[in-house]
Amino acid sequence: MKKTFSGPAIFLDRSDINTDEIIPAKYLTEVTKEALRPYILEDLKLEGFDPHGKKLKQAQVVITRANFGCGSSREHAPWVFEVNGIHTIIAESYARIFRQNMFNGGMLAIELPREELDRLFAMQQEGEVVIKVDLQGQQLSASAGGHSELFRFDISPFDKALVQAGGWVDFADARY
Amino acid sequence: MGKNIAEKIFDAHLRDEPFPGTKVLDLDRVLCHEITTPVAIADLLWRGKDRVFDNTKIKAVIDHVTPAKDSKTALQAKMLRDWARRHEIVDFFDVGRNGVCHALFPEKGYIRPGFTVIMGDSHTCTHGAFGAFAAGVGTTDLEVGILKGVCAFREPKTIRINLQGRLAPGVYAKDAILFVIGQLGVNGATDRVIEFRGPIVDAMSMESRMTLCNMAIEAGGTSGICLPDQITVEYLWPFICADYASQEAAVSDFRRWHSDPDASYERVLDFDLSSLEPQVTYGFKPDCVKAVRELAGTAVDQIYIGTCTNGRIEDLRVAAEILKGRKISESVRGIVSPATPKIFSQAMEEGLMQVFMDAGFCVTNPTCGACLGMSNGVLAEGEVCASTSNRNFNGRMGKGGMVHLMSPATAAATAITGVITDPRQI
Repeated sequence: MKKTFSGPAIFLDRSDINTDEIIPAKYLTEVTKEALRPYILEDLKLEGFDPHGKKLKQAQVVITRANFGCGSSREHAPWVFEVNGIHTIIAESYARIFRQNMFNGGMLAIELPREELDRLFAMQQEGEVVIKVDLQGQQLSASAGGHSELFRFDISPFDKALVQAGGWVDFADARY
Repeated sequence: MGKNIAEKIFDAHLRDEPFPGTKVLDLDRVLCHEITTPVAIADLLWRGKDRVFDNTKIKAVIDHVTPAKDSKTALQAKMLRDWARRHEIVDFFDVGRNGVCHALFPEKGYIRPGFTVIMGDSHTCTHGAFGAFAAGVGTTDLEVGILKGVCAFREPKTIRINLQGRLAPGVYAKDAILFVIGQLGVNGATDRVIEFRGPIVDAMSMESRMTLCNMAIEAGGTSGICLPDQITVEYLWPFICADYASQEAAVSDFRRWHSDPDASYERVLDFDLSSLEPQVTYGFKPDCVKAVRELAGTAVDQIYIGTCTNGRIEDLRVAAEILKGRKISESVRGIVSPATPKIFSQAMEEGLMQVFMDAGFCVTNPTCGACLGMSNGVLAEGEVCASTSNRNFNGRMGKGGMVHLMSPATAAATAITGVITDPRQI
């Protein structure tokens, strides 16, 4: 399935959002990714955030703070974003396993410095924020209320290759 | 410039460096359980690649929800079981022989110094206690591990933590690691290996070293790691005695993995823990840590003794010693879950199970169960659990529930009084 890395963003303004908040363990008894869809971020308690709300349904990009996805190794966390059409996350930093799981599935876990994230968060005041990612050029644009800003990002050549290959299984299968 | 243990293990297992800074390693062990493996199996089937790279290096267990609690968990177990049979994975542990993965696999002698180990479980870092590089991974890494026997990592950076002094009576490995996580923070070791050193680690049993390494991930660490020594060799001796003329020979062979005296580290931290008190978490992050004294008197509803952190024989002995001849408070329910059948059996022989039952504890079969809110002791909304497990996330043991992490001694003392209690007061 071709992945889309651009679209409307939802903001989760807290650090250390963990995998149990992204997808509670009681749903780990599912054996297909698709079955996870209704349970996205079900246990996340955050002011103004509604896991069943329109904002999350429309979002294709998540923008959040530091150490996103900490805790469990469950790939169900990236999968629940994937099956909800969210293939890009932008954060200050990630837990290692979550970050790797994103790239392994051909999705994007972009890191931006705190000051730039602050600028992104501030853009919410101007209206809905829409993100456009240019992976090749390693930059993204954020637009809201008729004004847009450009942000450059770093991505390791390996992670970039994983996204371009569609994930680690295809990459590894071709090479080893 | 010398090398540290993680660098030595990486060098010895390097298969490929597809890009600068990315190391693809050959794996000695790919460990599987029934929660994260079935999706990998299904994907391999879908790709027409239902194969395994080496059926002797892959080990599998049904441990998270066992025996199955409903049709969904029964299907997960069946998918793993059928796959293990299909590929003749000899070391597969089903109901009756199964236990919590990070207690069971070391007990079977599968983890050796210098090994590379992955599992689709974040607490795989536990196995670093044997001087192995052991990392929790997701299902895709697991899938590639099963198919190709490799996994990719960034160049390892290591934080060396020297635990100086001597732990006081009533203070255990769990208190030490809770303190360390409190100091590092939940992402203080992200993308790092934590090398545990110092006289406190040297004096620890393998069980205690596993408790220490188990929680490296709670500071974000990729793997905890201890240097293999005489204590490691004694634990592994039944499994390696045919390979070595003597224990001394094994110790000397394993010394090749030791970090060189001039090895470099990203950071070196010294903690003198001689005056450390029993520790406990508050709030919903494992780095929210205080002395038990500061939380003493906090009421709890349930006590849970078990898990890959603290469900080993040494933990049960410590808890039973405190519970012997006493009853738990009527205001709490106590659950003890020995981590493996061997530990269960040993605890019965030593009379520990009778102590737990006389005190009023419910004894469950070995399983991960309540630790992640899946079975055997899930909390109701608003309930509080004093637990020897490793994660206190909001809702971890059940939606709306709260968890205080602590040592088995503190959990036992808390069971008796019904409120968080310093074990040295009992």
